[in-house]
Amino acid sequence: MALAALSTSNAPTSTDTARKSSPVALLLLLPGILYLVLFFLTPLVSLLLTSFKTPTEFGDFGEFSYAFRWENYADVITTYWPHIIRSFGYALAATFFALIISYPLAYFIGVKARRWPLLQSLALVMVIAPFFISFLLRTLAWKQIFSDESFLVTSLKAMSVLAPDAHVTGTAFSVIFGLTYNFIPFMTLPLYTTLERLDVRYLEAGSDLYASPFHVFRKVTIPLSMPGIVAGTLLTFIPAAGDYINASREFLGGTGTQMIGNVIEANFLVLQNFPAGAALSILLMSVILVFVSFYVKKSGTEELL
Amino acid sequence: MKHSIGKWVLPAYSALALLILMIPIGYTFVYSFNDSLKSNIVWRSFTFDKWLNVCNVQNGAVCEAFGNSIFIAVVSTVAATTLGTMIAIAMVRYRFKFRSQLSLFLFLPMATPEVVLGAGLAAQFLSIGVPKDMTTIILAHTMFSISFVVVAVKARVATLDPALEEAGRDLYGSALQVFLRITFPLLLPGILAAALLSFALSFDDFIITNFNSGSVSTFPKYIWISAARGIPAEANVVASAVFILALVIVVTVQVSGAARAKRLAKMN
Amino acid sequence: MTTSTFAESGADLELVGIHKRFPGFTAIEELNLVVPAGSFFALLGPSGCGKTTTLRLVAGLEAPTAGRILLGGKDVTNQKSFQRPVNTVFQSYALFPHMTVLENVAFGLRRRKMADPVEKAHEVLRLVELDHLASRRPQQLSGGQQQRVALARAIVNRPAMLLLDEPLGALDLKLRRQMQLELKAIQEDVGLTFLHVTHDQEEAMTMADTIAVMNKGRIEQMGAPQELYELPRTSFVANFLGQSNLFTGPVLGTTSAGISVDVAGQKITVPVDRAHRTSGEITIGIRPEKLTLHSSKPTHDASVNVMGPGRVIDVSFSGVSTQYLVDVPGVGKLIVFAQNMTFGSEVREHDEVWLSWAVDHGFGLEDDPADTPRFSPDLDTRTLAAQHLLEEA
Repeated sequence: MALAALSTSNAPTSTDTARKSSPVALLLLLPGILYLVLFFLTPLVSLLLTSFKTPTEFGDFGEFSYAFRWENYADVITTYWPHIIRSFGYALAATFFALIISYPLAYFIGVKARRWPLLQSLALVMVIAPFFISFLLRTLAWKQIFSDESFLVTSLKAMSVLAPDAHVTGTAFSVIFGLTYNFIPFMTLPLYTTLERLDVRYLEAGSDLYASPFHVFRKVTIPLSMPGIVAGTLLTFIPAAGDYINASREFLGGTGTQMIGNVIEANFLVLQNFPAGAALSILLMSVILVFVSFYVKKSGTEELL
Repeated sequence: MKHSIGKWVLPAYSALALLILMIPIGYTFVYSFNDSLKSNIVWRSFTFDKWLNVCNVQNGAVCEAFGNSIFIAVVSTVAATTLGTMIAIAMVRYRFKFRSQLSLFLFLPMATPEVVLGAGLAAQFLSIGVPKDMTTIILAHTMFSISFVVVAVKARVATLDPALEEAGRDLYGSALQVFLRITFPLLLPGILAAALLSFALSFDDFIITNFNSGSVSTFPKYIWISAARGIPAEANVVASAVFILALVIVVTVQVSGAARAKRLAKMN
Repeated sequence: MTTSTFAESGADLELVGIHKRFPGFTAIEELNLVVPAGSFFALLGPSGCGKTTTLRLVAGLEAPTAGRILLGGKDVTNQKSFQRPVNTVFQSYALFPHMTVLENVAFGLRRRKMADPVEKAHEVLRLVELDHLASRRPQQLSGGQQQRVALARAIVNRPAMLLLDEPLGALDLKLRRQMQLELKAIQEDVGLTFLHVTHDQEEAMTMADTIAVMNKGRIEQMGAPQELYELPRTSFVANFLGQSNLFTGPVLGTTSAGISVDVAGQKITVPVDRAHRTSGEITIGIRPEKLTLHSSKPTHDASVNVMGPGRVIDVSFSGVSTQYLVDVPGVGKLIVFAQNMTFGSEVREHDEVWLSWAVDHGFGLEDDPADTPRFSPDLDTRTLAAQHLLEEA
């Protein structure tokens, strides 16, 4: 169920000739589409407009008027470019680690464990189980496990693995760790879906044709599991880039680990500098759209849903 | 064919990985039994108190937050599932122009980072002058769930044999009857799965909610706010209870599915 | 990386004392086999008889529970499949969908770091007449074309041994017949050793130099197609390869020429050198196409067996021949194939007929009729239909 949503759709799409043409289609589509136009598209337009606003003359703190203040973007970039770079850096790192951690897991569940469907089901349940506990609480759990007074950290310090005054929380390490952990299910499930359908006869053919296990993996398995890799990468990178929970001070972050998300939140909810927050959001969205358009070009729009 | 030791590397790694995935869950569960005072960081002693008196702390703040979250999740799930199912049926069964554009349009909410969605809605509500309260939260949750519902139901609709509906038309005549008696029951598992997904997404949502809730408390928001001064163990209790319930549901679905498959196999 | 240890022509294959056990059942029991270099060898049997398992053992995709595999005299039992100079044409072709036809064919050559992989790939594609499709993807090809690409991909590597796992199963009849001839031609041209696994006895007989009939994990009989067909050793072979009329009876006496068997009161002679058992109760048989129908009892001839009278209970026209079912009281129902030399059948239903055949055509089986017959439920549908007909009529 969650699997279906979090993976690229494997449903065979019926050809257009098998479909009916009917006004009923419009009736079914309209309510949902209208809703999304109203509450998804318009807000994005709103955001775009807000990003160009200027502080109202003689207005209150938090009051803005419509304008075409392009400087908002320049301001935002000069002020926050470290955060921008950092966000994408963290997101890329988390995506990379999530990929190399999840791939063997997905391979085991999807390929090696095929003979034991019960084991497969159990393993999959364990992969999505973290979703059933609040995102915040599981991040908090790691914070406490990595906190200075925790059993783990004190032991590591006692064994001289860590310097006595070192911190684990509040570092890039803990933020990336948190991001990786939280998005492993997002990476594992699409990988699993693709690998589950991998025909092992291709692997046998590869071996029959003198390819060592390493070569079979590189030349056959990886290319054939590419759809899952791409889907998992997208599903991990996009939310990771915009995340701010992991990086916030109450959780795994510190003063030097603030990401775009934190800054947007601060601008919107604390500083009430809506144009700045909006400009940052648009910037973030644009970068994401570049990635998405790459993906769409590669796989076509039928595969999207 | 692997060398006999090499055969165990992958299963061992997988077991380890899955175990590490479970750590925060175990941690949360264990600490729900902690006889904590204000903050639940240091282990004091074991108690069932928190489980038995969940709603006592902070004048029932935890339970109020939980109740709000449930209410919001239920309403937004009903709305999102209805709208999304209609779209899914239309996309699979009917022919219309702008199909690929629609696919792209439905994909975008899933591809947009939550900060952007939340900020956008907040900006919009601000511009219109709508105050942020329960309604705005529900509207927001419905919005981001629709696309997920479409994906989940679409997968199910595509597995339906159109021949069944044609046979139904033979028997029943009216399209409505066919839908009620044949299509809908067959779609039900997919719709339920989509509803479950939508419910889970809404219940656990924080970022979008944070931007659009004003002073209304939801469970994730409560945790965020309490994180600064100390999260009471009662929150762990609620989270653990939800986890156990969700686990039971998922396992039941899997087991009953497997049992049904077995029965069908026996009949053949 | 193995490079120079590959044969440029076929090599001997030897399976010595092979056992293969899976959890719960034994797939192969004490298998001994020699496939001479350069020959076309067929492993024939019903599904579940162990032939595909044998193939996978030779390919290295499975390891035997016991026994040894020797290729060209060299023990390869412990070698993994990518180390063996053996290539397989898979039943499902298993062409890599993410590579072009050319890349598929060149795959093995590249892995072995051979020179000019592209040139060699083109050469083999020309051999199977698919060079013009070299830059297409496998999904864009028809079933027959995919089959040829799978073949090209295997033979381009000049393996010591080429394994074919029911490669013609997915093709329609006409294409299958064509491919049978082409495969045989290629094998002789290139000089490789082919090990062909199939359940289609006609295919095996058409293509192979030697056939081994497998049943329940063992080889029942091995030899040239004609030998297996004309002189089957067991009732399984007699019924799996074509059809047979089998009779049981006690041996009355033996002369230098033949043994006499009492079949429901009729005396039937079988040559001594065509009978595996010569005393006690034995099962003898005669192929349906060797029988001649007579409308009156034929005159006695020492070199001819006569059986009858019987009644024709079914006449079936099948183009090339007409199939008759004759009920001989006390003996049972016999199948007769008569080549259609004239228009219309000479014999009609309910006619009384006598059957005769040359003594030299009969055969005696090794089976002891006292044992419960080796009933194999996995016979091909044609034989089952014929048996069903026998029981019904």
